[in-house]
Amino acid sequence: MEIVKPDQLQELLNSFANKDVYIHLETTNGAYAAHFKEGFFNAGAFIRNVVVKYELGKVAGESPHRVGLKLPSGWIYAQGITHYTVDEHDRLLMAGLDPDGKLAVALEISETPFTY
Amino acid sequence: MIKEERHVLVIFPHPDDEAFGVSGTISTYIDMGVPVTYACLTLGEMGRNLGNPPFANRETLPQIRKQELKNAAAAMGLTDLRMMGLRDKTIEFEDDEKMIKLVADLIEDTNPSLIITFYPGLSVHPDHDATGRAVVGAVGRMKESERPTLYTIAFANNTAEILGAPDVIHNVEGAAQKKLNTLNAHASQTVWMMRDMEKRLADKDPEALKWLHEEKFFTYRWE
Ligand SMILES: [Zn+2]
Repeated sequence: MEIVKPDQLQELLNSFANKDVYIHLETTNGAYAAHFKEGFFNAGAFIRNVVVKYELGKVAGESPHRVGLKLPSGWIYAQGITHYTVDEHDRLLMAGLDPDGKLAVALEISETPFTY
Repeated sequence: MIKEERHVLVIFPHPDDEAFGVSGTISTYIDMGVPVTYACLTLGEMGRNLGNPPFANRETLPQIRKQELKNAAAAMGLTDLRMMGLRDKTIEFEDDEKMIKLVADLIEDTNPSLIITFYPGLSVHPDHDATGRAVVGAVGRMKESERPTLYTIAFANNTAEILGAPDVIHNVEGAAQKKLNTLNAHASQTVWMMRDMEKRLADKDPEALKWLHEEKFFTYRWE
């Protein structure tokens, strides 16, 4: 993955619009957050291989960026995106990595299902 | 002193769970000629360490960790490594009966005299607790006279309050290098920690040496 170039990411988001695509979306503080810092309110969410068709995808803001997908009757967005790549399966993988290299958020878009 | 066993079955959810507190014990059993099976339930797919600049992404991490797990097994001399194909952070959401059956099948297959796993409820990560629950569930259903001994790892902040002190302490000094090699095999997860640890070991920091040379377990008590 490399640091987001917003113009290129925008083009990639456009290329997946109006198609059935598989989504991976994840936010996390890590399972150990409340162990290392007692009282820490640990929250996160995870979906994988949910199929949607978005009509508009946008990258917004300075890094860390926000990425939003407008669906016919709903929304998906991720906040904190710093890195992206298109892998050998033509999947668009976006992630937010903190300064220590720990993933805090991921949003991935693919025309084929992600592995389990 | 490490007790002779017929067969040791180690069950953990994540590649690297075995490295920190059990790899010296596993290596020692193997040196003693005791067969060891390690069932690792997931590939740690949801690990957060990707590096910055990143060395992996969410989709390549599982393959990296799978290879690390195989290298770790080789470092311990372990030949019976079983990757069970579940997904990181989902164990507690699997059907409880399915999980108990998964463990029961492993027990039937390996006929262990000792199982090593996490202590349910005191192991911090939901996958750790769920794995321990499945093991306790499966072993608890066996006839008392046929149950293998259960050594558990617990490291929640309130462990001492609830369980007291660990009752089994293995001196694994003889396997120290294998333990370090096992930890280093999981470089994607341990490289930062090991940099600090190897410095402390070089300085003969007593706590670091104790961590390297002693592995501690709580025997699970049935009541
Ligand atoms: Zn773990």
